[in-house]
Amino acid sequence: MRALFSFIVVIALVAIVFVGVKGANLEFLFGVIIPYAALATFIIGFIYRVVKWGRSPVPFHIPTTCGQQKTLPWIKDSKIENPSTTAGVIARMALEVLVFRSLFRNLKTDLREGPRLAYGSDKWLWLAGLAFHWSFLIIAFRHLRFFMQDVPVVVQWVEGLDSFLQIGAPLLYITDVIIITAVTYLFLRRVYIPQVRYISLAADYFPLFLILGIAISGVLMRYFIKVHVVGVKELAMGLVSFNPTIPEGIGVIFYIHLFLICVLFAYFPFSKLMHMGGVFLSPTRNLANNSRMVRHVNPWNYPVKVHTYEEYEEEFREKMKMAGLPVEKE
Amino acid sequence: MAKGTPKPDELSRIDYTPPQKEWMDTPVKLKPGMYCWGAKAKNLQAVGFPNARDWTPADEDWKLPENWEWTVLEGIYDRLKKYRSFQLFLDICVRCGACADKCHFYIGSGDPKNMPVLRAELLRSVYRRHFTFGGKLLGRIAGARKLTLDVLKEWWYYFFQCTECRRCSVFCPYGIDQAEITMMGRELLNLLGLNIDWIQGPVANCYKKGNHLGLEPHTIMSNIEFMLDDIESITGIRIEPSFNRKGAEILFVTPSGDLFADPGTYTCMGYLMLFHELGLDYTWSTYASEGGNFGFFTTNEMAKRLNAKIYAEAKRLGVKWILGGECGHMWRVVHQYMDTWNGPADFLEEPVSPITGTKFENAKTTKMVHIAEFTADLIRHGKLNLDPSRNDHLKVTFHDSCNTSRGMGIFEEPRYIIKNVCNNFYEMPENTIREKTFCCGSGSGLNAGENMELRMRGGLPRANAVKYVHEKYGVNMLANICAIDRAALSTLMDYWVPGVGVTGVHELVANALVMKGEKKRTTNLRGEPLPGVEEEEEEGKEEKEEQGG
Ligand code: SF4
Ligand code: SF4
Repeated sequence: MRALFSFIVVIALVAIVFVGVKGANLEFLFGVIIPYAALATFIIGFIYRVVKWGRSPVPFHIPTTCGQQKTLPWIKDSKIENPSTTAGVIARMALEVLVFRSLFRNLKTDLREGPRLAYGSDKWLWLAGLAFHWSFLIIAFRHLRFFMQDVPVVVQWVEGLDSFLQIGAPLLYITDVIIITAVTYLFLRRVYIPQVRYISLAADYFPLFLILGIAISGVLMRYFIKVHVVGVKELAMGLVSFNPTIPEGIGVIFYIHLFLICVLFAYFPFSKLMHMGGVFLSPTRNLANNSRMVRHVNPWNYPVKVHTYEEYEEEFREKMKMAGLPVEKE
Repeated sequence: MAKGTPKPDELSRIDYTPPQKEWMDTPVKLKPGMYCWGAKAKNLQAVGFPNARDWTPADEDWKLPENWEWTVLEGIYDRLKKYRSFQLFLDICVRCGACADKCHFYIGSGDPKNMPVLRAELLRSVYRRHFTFGGKLLGRIAGARKLTLDVLKEWWYYFFQCTECRRCSVFCPYGIDQAEITMMGRELLNLLGLNIDWIQGPVANCYKKGNHLGLEPHTIMSNIEFMLDDIESITGIRIEPSFNRKGAEILFVTPSGDLFADPGTYTCMGYLMLFHELGLDYTWSTYASEGGNFGFFTTNEMAKRLNAKIYAEAKRLGVKWILGGECGHMWRVVHQYMDTWNGPADFLEEPVSPITGTKFENAKTTKMVHIAEFTADLIRHGKLNLDPSRNDHLKVTFHDSCNTSRGMGIFEEPRYIIKNVCNNFYEMPENTIREKTFCCGSGSGLNAGENMELRMRGGLPRANAVKYVHEKYGVNMLANICAIDRAALSTLMDYWVPGVGVTGVHELVANALVMKGEKKRTTNLRGEPLPGVEEEEEEGKEEKEEQGG
């Protein structure tokens, strides 16, 4: 149901561009106005969300410690999994962001006869997640060629590496294959693993379909339905130089590709995709476990009502004296 | 075992298939054995909590204040502004499900709402509906739902089926910690007087009397007196500890559970013997007579109110630093919260071991040292005369308590101690210890009697790992550094792995500790004959018979 809803929305989006461009000649809308609007929404929205998070303080020092703490000098502490220094935290965050350290721990719990619980390593989600995010990043990077007059060498290197298999013409990018496979896997596991299906919302399927739509339209454009590449570059250059033009005859598939990307950008700040920014702010990961060494201050710490020793002694003075305990007031 | 608790083989038939119906359409059913009694009026009143009245969870009417929805929504708003963790964790979950089967309650019950991600969605859905644009606009399809009485009951049921163990947060790619959300959820429930009495009772006790059990000053002393008698008859040494003594070097604080029931009392005897042997200049306090903090399971403010006593008492007595006993959530609080709440403790000094001269630099601002750190340091410096063979009848494994594992990271110290006082130590499987340790199933104030089924279900993964080493290596003793564990795991072992006992680490230490001037020990602290002693006695008897014959 929720998957279907998201699927229909993505199809509808495609239909909108198709009709808009083919039927109503709205190239300027889809090629210029919407991209600008989407990018603006993305930037403003992203900043707004991060600032909003940043404005809520971190009242307590709550890292999740995943290794030995730093204590006595002869006990080896776990410098990254339970960092006590800023360098350790940076390393921990780097592992988290670049190679998804925590997801790598994933286990699958199995209840067997007995009862006997077994925990098998389960790295598929990690692998698919990593494959997806990295290929997305590389693909985005490759696209820089459209936004610069002279394509920088790094971009050319990446392109070269990405197509090192030397299959087909134009050369097949490995990341294109990987991203489609990974997203498909991520979708299938959502549908086939009953627990994951149970928790999934439309907001979980929608980005998957959207990205799949982007990838497929991109692939179609590159390998099958040829578009006017020079025109595409012209349009892109126009956008970045704030001198937008709409070259003739680019082909509707390009507008579909572009529009889906725009939707992704505009949708981003309102969605769970914000985990991209959020992960950096996560207080269980980005704090050093040094709360007994360095005092953590809570900006809204306020005085509270306590039961003082005087009140306590007042209540128990006689009993305390009988038991031979020292008291403040005789 | 509470009446009506299913037998182990019945309980271990767990169905993990989620229901056909969507979770939002499955209203909560309060199943006896899975929840605790509601907080009593007098215990809520004792600390000035709102909506104090007697109520019964099973009743239709929870006697909520008028406009309770508003109170809750305002409470959410307030906390979003105060806790980045709360705001962030509500926003960034991608529902990848990596945390799902990491929760011991989910593993033990198969109830999908016990998957950490779904437990969070219970609250997140309301957040979406009332606090996000998309949720307001799209409602259900955006995963949003209104706050209703059913929703509130569901929160209550499931936020008291989470032990705030943080295991889920180890596996989450963004570190989303369901314990944080549960804490916020419980704070919200407390705005309406919806706590459980197993938590609220100890909170009220602790506030007025200084400890969860409500032990009055003379009772604390007489409980310890009993232990001293036992120690004397076992070792021949009379120990004379001091209470509320001004000018002592160290204030010792431990959970009151250690003063009350075995096997905790044996651990407490362990502390007494160790400190005596060292000639430590320390004092107990009857006012700050609780290391644990059940306030932590109600609201942050209440936790702070209870915790304040420790520093206040340290200041009044003029001690130099504080030593803390074996406890789990106590150490989460001491390690991650105490200084922030009630510090700076600038009236104390940086802790230095008077025996070894070791500076505990890791505790230089909070000025409170964990006893396992303290003892490990002693052993390392060869300050203790130990005879581990006295523990030879034991095959020991170690349970890492959730709080000290994932909210501190004290893994090596207790292991180092155990390996020095016992000859037979075996680890449980790797995925069930250290940062991946499984909860006892009774943490965060859920160690009541009426929710026994919940506890046995939640404790299944822990117990199952013990069973593994029990069968493989003949492990018969489960050591730990937590007072709740000592009580809860005993019940858990009897249920799932009969034949395995439970002990604090300092009980093992004291049994191995050869004290100056002690008589020849024939029994351990539990009064059981020491290994080797029985045979000696037998032999002695035979000799006599031979002589006589
Ligand atoms: S592991 Fe984290 S992101 Fe994934 S479902 Fe659980 S809480 Fe959400
Ligand atoms: S904190 Fe522990 S009990 Fe609570 S949801 Fe996470 S794993 Fe389960």
